[in-house]
Amino acid sequence: MTNSLILSTLTKTYDGTPALRDVSLSVAPGERVALLGHNGAGKSTLMKIILGLIPFDGGEVQVLGAPPGSEKARADVAYLPENVAFHPALTGLEQIRHYLRLRGHSARLAEGLLARVGLADAGRRRIGTYSKGMRQRVGLAQALIGMPRLLVLDEPTSGLDPVSRRDFYTLLDDMAAEGASVLLSSHALTEVEARTDRLVILSQGRLVTQGSLSDLRRQAALPIRLHVIPREGHGSALAEALPKGRMNGTGLHLSCAQEDKLSTLSRIVGLGEIVRDVDVLPPSLEDIYSHFSRRDGQ
Amino acid sequence: MMRILTTATTEFRIALRNRWVTIAVVMMVIFSLVLSAAGSAPTGALGADRLSVTVASLTSLSVYLVPLVALLMSFDGVAGEVERGTLPLVLTYPISRAELLVGKLLAHLGVLTLAVAAGYGSAALAAIATDTAAVQGLPALWRLMWSSVLLGAAFLCLGYALSALVPRSTGAAGLCIGLWLVMIVLYDLALLAAVVTDGGGWFTTEAFPWLLVVNPADAFRLFNLAASDATAAAAGIAGAANSIPPTHALVSMSLWPLLALGGAVMVFRKVTP
Repeated sequence: MTNSLILSTLTKTYDGTPALRDVSLSVAPGERVALLGHNGAGKSTLMKIILGLIPFDGGEVQVLGAPPGSEKARADVAYLPENVAFHPALTGLEQIRHYLRLRGHSARLAEGLLARVGLADAGRRRIGTYSKGMRQRVGLAQALIGMPRLLVLDEPTSGLDPVSRRDFYTLLDDMAAEGASVLLSSHALTEVEARTDRLVILSQGRLVTQGSLSDLRRQAALPIRLHVIPREGHGSALAEALPKGRMNGTGLHLSCAQEDKLSTLSRIVGLGEIVRDVDVLPPSLEDIYSHFSRRDGQ
Repeated sequence: MMRILTTATTEFRIALRNRWVTIAVVMMVIFSLVLSAAGSAPTGALGADRLSVTVASLTSLSVYLVPLVALLMSFDGVAGEVERGTLPLVLTYPISRAELLVGKLLAHLGVLTLAVAAGYGSAALAAIATDTAAVQGLPALWRLMWSSVLLGAAFLCLGYALSALVPRSTGAAGLCIGLWLVMIVLYDLALLAAVVTDGGGWFTTEAFPWLLVVNPADAFRLFNLAASDATAAAAGIAGAANSIPPTHALVSMSLWPLLALGGAVMVFRKVTP
C-alpha cells in the first residue's frame, strides 16, 4: 500500500528565518506518528503545509497521492488545530451539522459524533459557554467526520482531563485500526510513548531522529541509572565496594552504559549480604527527548 | 452548492444570534416611518401620489443607510474569522474560498433584504393607509427595493475585501467606516466642489455625469430618481439624473457587486491563516 503522507526534503523559510530544513518523512496507512519538539521547532508549520494552508519553498509534499490542499487531499484529511476555536454563538450540534454538510454527509450524524466524544448532553448549548476541554472535544468530533484517511492533530489532548485523554487515544486506535494514518503533535511525552507507533523529533526545523521508542533509546545510548539500597549498617561497606557510586540518604546512585548493564548488575548481586535491593531506572522519554532536541546547537 | 448553502445557513444563524437581523430591521423600519411621516407635507404641492414622494425620500435615505448596514455586517467577515482562529479549520474542509465568501454574501444579503423589505414595506403601508392613490407608487417602491439589495451587495463585497486586507476586526472596521465616508459623503462633496469651481465648463457637462455613474451609490440615486415621477421632491442631483440614461446607472449598479466580489475573492486568496 502506498504511504498516506510523503514529505521529501521539505524546506520552508519565514522572512529569511528557516522554519523547516530538509524534512523528509512518510506515514503509512494505519500508522500513528507523534511529532515532538520544542515550541517553535516547526511542528505547526509542518502541519499547516501538509494541510495546504501555507505554501512551502522547496522539496515535495504528497498527501494521499495528491498535492497538499488540493480538493482530493482535503476530502480525506481531517485537521484539529491547536487551541481549536468555533463561533461562540453556535451550539455544538449546529457547528457539527455545518461541518458534516461541508463534507457532504447527512447532518443527522451530528448527535452520534458528539456522543462519541462525550458531549451528548451539551450539544444544544452555545459553544460560547463551553470549557476549553469541551471545545477541544467538538474539535475532535469534527475530525472524526466521514472516516478520514489522514488525521492531522495539533496538540489534540491539551485541555483534556486524564480520563478524556484515554478515551481520545482509544478513538484514535479505532481509527488507525481501520486504516487511517495519524500525525499528531504533543508535549505530553508519556502519553504518546504508549499510544503511537513512531516518534519523530523536530528541533529548529530539522528532523533530528525518528523511530519507535526502543529505537530512540538505543540511538541515544543514554546511561542507565541504578539505585542500590544497602542493608542496615552496611552503607559504608557498599560505598567502598562501588566507588563510582554516589551515596545519598537512602542508598547509592550509580549510572552505567547500556552495554555494561548486566555486568554491573552481576557485580552488585555478587556483593551478597550487604545489598538489600536494586532499582534499575532506564532513561525516561523526557531524557531521550532532551538528548535529541538539544543536540543541535543548544 | 450544498457547501455554499450550509455556509449561508450558518452565517444567517450567527447574524440572527448576534442581533444583526434585529438591528438592521429596526433601523430600516424606524428611519422609513420617520421619512414617510416627514415626507407627507409636500404631496399636495407636487401633485404626485404620496408613495412616490416617500420613495424619493427613501432613496436619499437608503444611499446612506444601506451601504452602512452592509459594511457593518461584512467588516467582520474574514478578519473576524482570522481573529477568532476559526479560519484555518474551515479552510481545510473541501470548500473553496470563493464558495465561503459567496455563502456569507447570501446570508448577509438575506438579512439586508429582510431589513429593506420591512423598512420600505412599513413606509408603503403608512402611505397607502392615508392616501389610496399611493398604490401608483408601488412599481417605484419595488424598483427601490431590488436596487437597494444590489447596492447592498456591492458594499457587502467591498466590506469582505477590506476585511481580508487586515488581520484584525478593529482594523477592518476602521477601513469600512473610511470607505463609507469617502464613497458616500466625501465623493459627492468633492464632485459638488468641482462643479461649483468649474462653473458649467467641460467638467460639468462631460465628466461629471460619468463620475456620478461610476460610484455605485450615486448610480443608485440616479437610477431611482430618473425613473421616478417625484424627482422634484428630492433635492440635489435631480438635474443630473435627467442627463444620463437610467440603463447606464443600472449597468454600473450590476457591475459593482460582481467586481467587488471578484476583488474580495482575490484578496481573500492571499490570506494565509
